[in-house]
Amino acid sequence: MLIYLRKRIASSALPLMVVIVGVFALARMTGNPASLYLPLNATQQMRDAFSARNGLDQPLPVQMADYFGGVLRLDFGQSLRTGQDAAAMALRAFPATLQLAATTMVLAILLALVVGCWAALKPNGIADRISSFVSMAAASIPDFWLAIVGIWVFAITLGWLPTSGVSGAGAWVLPIATLLLRPFGVLVQIVRGSMVSALSEPYIKLARSRGAGELRVVTHHALRNAAAPALTVAGDLTVGLVNGAVVVETIFGWPGIGKLMIDSILQRDFAVLQAAVLLTAVAIFALNILIDMGYALLDARVRPVTVKA
Amino acid sequence: MKTATDPAPAKRSRAAAAAAAAGTATGQAKAHDVVLKVRDLAVDIRTHRGTVRAVNSVAFEARAGETLALLGESGCGKSMTAKALAGIMDPVCDLADGEINLNGTDLAALTPKQRLKFAGPELGIVFQDALTALNPVYTVGTQLGEAFRIHRGLSAKEARVEAIDLMKRVGIPEPESRVNSYPHQFSGGMRQRILIAMAVALNPRLLIADEPTTALDVTVQAQIMQLLRKLREEGQMAVILITHDLAVVAEEADSVAVMYAGNVVESGPVFEVFADPRHPYTKGLLESVPVHLERGAQLKSIAGSPPELHDIPAGCVYQSRCPLVQEICCAERPALRPVSGAGTGPVGGAVTGLGAAVTGSALNVPSGNEPRPARAAACHFSEEINNV
Repeated sequence: MLIYLRKRIASSALPLMVVIVGVFALARMTGNPASLYLPLNATQQMRDAFSARNGLDQPLPVQMADYFGGVLRLDFGQSLRTGQDAAAMALRAFPATLQLAATTMVLAILLALVVGCWAALKPNGIADRISSFVSMAAASIPDFWLAIVGIWVFAITLGWLPTSGVSGAGAWVLPIATLLLRPFGVLVQIVRGSMVSALSEPYIKLARSRGAGELRVVTHHALRNAAAPALTVAGDLTVGLVNGAVVVETIFGWPGIGKLMIDSILQRDFAVLQAAVLLTAVAIFALNILIDMGYALLDARVRPVTVKA
Repeated sequence: MKTATDPAPAKRSRAAAAAAAAGTATGQAKAHDVVLKVRDLAVDIRTHRGTVRAVNSVAFEARAGETLALLGESGCGKSMTAKALAGIMDPVCDLADGEINLNGTDLAALTPKQRLKFAGPELGIVFQDALTALNPVYTVGTQLGEAFRIHRGLSAKEARVEAIDLMKRVGIPEPESRVNSYPHQFSGGMRQRILIAMAVALNPRLLIADEPTTALDVTVQAQIMQLLRKLREEGQMAVILITHDLAVVAEEADSVAVMYAGNVVESGPVFEVFADPRHPYTKGLLESVPVHLERGAQLKSIAGSPPELHDIPAGCVYQSRCPLVQEICCAERPALRPVSGAGTGPVGGAVTGLGAAVTGSALNVPSGNEPRPARAAACHFSEEINNV
């Protein structure tokens, strides 16, 4: 397993470099920070001085080489905006996003498992129809619209919840509810589909012929077989959340990585943007490795075969 | 686990434990006792085009230590009958009618939950395709031990010991290490052995083997049939063997029920039925077996195929393929009625080979405590078949 892990981490290095180059190049396409940070009437000398101070006067390949060198020394540069260490800013914002993503996904997966299994027990039954309608609706509602309606109803009209921020448990309700719906809707359909096919497998019949009751058949025999597709999709959805639920974080003023990225882009704060993207990229690679290990845990057939020397 | 403190259960004799688990005091069944009596069994399938009857007034009995073969082409309701007996029908199927009397209990009258108590200790089933019948994500040890955990409340550890014991019983080498292997790590023959081990784990009185050798090569087939015979004799199980292999029926079975389009068209002791078939379908099947054929000679077969369940004719189910068909066959469905005993009619040439094979095999015709039902056939002209 350790050999496998090392191999996976090694093979992630190249895509990570591609990500760094891509972000580096794309960020610089947004324009010169000098025109944002200096007054409109700044002279050319002031602009040149600003560029020289921040290393923006060098040719792009040189800038990139500098940056790579820095990354290897774990020095990601300073924020243009605040002068703080870019990596520190990204790391400070990340936990808020991770907490939000983790809470949302745990809730979405648990709810989807229950509803999906319930629907799969009787395909085309009443439970199946209801859950199909609800999950379809949940998966299709745009999150920005829901966020705004949520704020309007629960924060402004009813005054039960805060409009934004992270103070108190109430502040978590609207962001999580908004983020939860889509993963929940998508996962219910995945769980339902793979449970229906798992439940029709001969090994389920055989389990029943051994005296396994309905609950045991569902939770013990079918669910583990049905879990792989749900795991894939859940992983994908989690990536979306870790990547910064940009829209939702912005609407709710959630101080996470998504909001940090948006702010950095708007401010042409390249160092922070690069640090944030790199951090999420690393997180996503780690998540993918975890998901693959999850498959192996669920099903012996996909376990990496380790040849003992 | 509550029973973990009790060191006895794993050591109790298996039969006694099975009896205790089943809540009966009779212990092992005496040879040739009637274990299962099926009457008027009917299964409906709900389809988009309406409800169809897949199994229609099927009746037979299975006796301890004997094998009853259910014979017929694909789609004749054999497997459906087996699933109905085992209580594992697809959700679109309904048990429409009938009685499944297993050792004094009518399984058809029980709720699915009540039936679970019988699934395992009283009745085991073996499927055709062992790869799909085994759960791919659990070790065979876990699956073999499950019956013990469910019905006897053994701990995982105790169940594992039982699983190893079972693997020994069905002849799997190195059971101590193989118990932790997954189904895909076994060969087809070994998987079938595991499936059989699972079915006989709690020493059921009735074992249903639904085409247990169809997916296997001939050598392994013979081994599996031998294993089934051994287990049947050890446990005095009644075996229902579903197959379309006439040679297997001739060798293994004591009695046979020939099914066609969901109906039993002929039943009786294998020797008598094969030597002197009283239904044209049985005769057609037997004549399809190539015996003493020259290379290049035309193989015989029954022209056509079984009717669709949606349009089973009103009269005899076999009318469209029957060489003897008359007006009455289309007008009136012949009932399964007793026909006269063996050996009276002349034996058809093609049948002689098989008949001889049956005579050679040990056919212990015995005295059960219940009189055996007479041979029966569902044909208006059952007396005339061998004169054709």
